[in-house]
Amino acid sequence: MKVLVPVKRVIDYNVKARVKPDQTGVDLANVKMSMNPFDEIAVEEAVRLKEKGAATEVVAVSIGPVQAQETLRTALAMGADRAILIQTTDDLEPLAVAKVLQKIIGEESPDVVIMGKQAIDGDNAATGQMLAAILGWPQATFASAVELSAGKAKVTREVDGGLQTLEVDLPAIVTADLRLNEPRYASLPNIMKAKKKPLDIKELASLGVDTAPRLKVVKVTEPPKRAGGVKVETAADLVMKLKTEAGVL
Amino acid sequence: MAVLVIADHDNASLKEDTAKTVTAALKLSSDVDVLVAGQGAKAAADAAAKITGVRKVLLAESAELGQGLAEAFEALVVPLAANYDAILTPSTSQGRNVSPRIAAKLDVAQISDVIEVVDANTFVRPIYAGNALETVQSSDAKKVITVRPTAFKPAGDGGSAKVETIAAPAAPAKTHFVGQQLVKSERPELTAAKIVVSGGRAMGSAEEFQKVIEPLADKLGAAVGASRAAVDAGYAPNDYQVGQTGKVVAPELYIAIGISGAIQHLAGMKDSKVIVAINKDADAPIFQVADYGLVADYKTAVPELMDALSKAGK
Ligand SMILES: Cc1cc2nc3c(=O)[nH]c(=O)nc-3n(C[C@H](O)[C@H](O)[C@H](O)COP(=O)(O)OP(=O)(O)OC[C@H]3O[C@@H](n4cnc5c(N)ncnc54)[C@H](O)[C@@H]3O)c2cc1C
Ligand SMILES: Nc1ncnc2c1ncn2[C@@H]1O[C@H](COP(=O)(O)O)[C@@H](O)[C@H]1O
Repeated sequence: MKVLVPVKRVIDYNVKARVKPDQTGVDLANVKMSMNPFDEIAVEEAVRLKEKGAATEVVAVSIGPVQAQETLRTALAMGADRAILIQTTDDLEPLAVAKVLQKIIGEESPDVVIMGKQAIDGDNAATGQMLAAILGWPQATFASAVELSAGKAKVTREVDGGLQTLEVDLPAIVTADLRLNEPRYASLPNIMKAKKKPLDIKELASLGVDTAPRLKVVKVTEPPKRAGGVKVETAADLVMKLKTEAGVL
Repeated sequence: MAVLVIADHDNASLKEDTAKTVTAALKLSSDVDVLVAGQGAKAAADAAAKITGVRKVLLAESAELGQGLAEAFEALVVPLAANYDAILTPSTSQGRNVSPRIAAKLDVAQISDVIEVVDANTFVRPIYAGNALETVQSSDAKKVITVRPTAFKPAGDGGSAKVETIAAPAAPAKTHFVGQQLVKSERPELTAAKIVVSGGRAMGSAEEFQKVIEPLADKLGAAVGASRAAVDAGYAPNDYQVGQTGKVVAPELYIAIGISGAIQHLAGMKDSKVIVAINKDADAPIFQVADYGLVADYKTAVPELMDALSKAGK
């Protein structure tokens, strides 16, 4: 059983994004970049499936700039077997990413694709569902548990109100939520080993996929700032202020 | 231009997010229809018909729709899309599950989590955990949009639209519903509550979370929320999580107890009207967004707060 894991290079989750003064976007110069945290969870899940004997090969794919190789090396150091970089300096929209992944899936024929539920830069949470749609595959989004058996995946999903369990026929798309697992840190020997694992690079243009943007970014602005608050000394003070000053009790 | 709103409901009753999404839809067009897709959802459809400004309610029922299967929603909505210029869904977990699937089938972008409708082609949405707002202009002929409900007021309940039953097409049988475990609660819903009390990692255990957070919530008639750390540690169920990747709330009053205020948590609550933080660390980032900060150990502060509320007649 082959598992494909799409991973995106994004701003590190500890960094607060700053809007550029000219309102054209977010300033990413000299900002720490990492693998999207949900994609780390997806890689971890795929590697665990391999360790359990449920999967035989884990392939990581990223669509992004030359530096996304580092992201792929991280996936390899965590235990992925090979990696593919679709190189482009364009920032693709989820629909375009899904179309590129569809093309790669056509070449690789994975049994299951495990990806993040959301990339923490654009916060779209759309690519997995779009990919499932254009492939005509079933989807199991926001997964907190995945079990693979012959031709099927049983997935527990985090939904508003609690948990839902679905069984999907393979091939299928699974998107990872926070509680699926806790990703490992790659060990130094594994980081060294990852340097020798295969990493194929293809130019986006060579795939012949229409990735033209559908949305034009008019501007990127800062959200309204909250006015500074005050410290209160006691709980009684707090209640008094909430009642008389804020009027919310 | 006509707009279809996909209703949020639990088969038994309609959720307020639907009326909020109708408000967003009415900014695009005065021809707004609501689709109630589920099973045994007639009452929800009748409630949708009462939302002010709704032209017509479409009711489609099948077992798979009742289970919320994305494949069933795709099979139902994609053919209906021929009649509409925009399809709006509240960005609940169900909306986020089905809407991108519909968009991709229509070969259009999804515009996720819209907080403002500027004009028929231009929308504002938060990115980077709400640290930036992006204004985008769509060139697609049909718009597929998820709406952040907290950004819109619910439309009124003075409507009297017709409910039309439509057939639910068969969905591909590649997805099978196995079961669900829903958290039952008498408290108001997290995303609709006027007051939210949230607990963080400081609680240390599920027992402590229940002992500290829940009585305070009950006293205030509030919903209960939690940080990711509290959910990960099993102190609270997953659907309590407030944040960038959990629920977004904007109550009149948000009380954060033993929560540090990480970027991802702030993303889910910083649009609350009044924010209160109780934290023993005076430098915790939560104080930067709090209107009222109490630097204290919650173990003494929460009982004192309960007392003070009782004295104030709560
Ligand atoms: C991809 C991703 C997505 C995420 N999504 C979310 C999300 O949606 N929502 C979310 O909340 N987080 C999210 N996080 C996690 C986030 O980064 C933080 O780790 C998390 O919010 C911390 O939770 P906390 O504040 O409860 O814990 P901590 O950061 O550990 O804070 C505990 C606080 O309690 C205080 N404290 C301790 N003891 C006491 C006491 N006795 N009395 C009073 N105060 C006390 C401490 O001073 C501290 O400030 C996400 C992270 C990632 C990587
Ligand atoms: N450029 C990309 N390269 C590889 N995978 C991606 C890319 N963009 C998005 N993804 C995958 O799609 C998921 C959801 O992203 P999004 O829909 O943008 O929130 C991510 O967690 C990744 O697994």
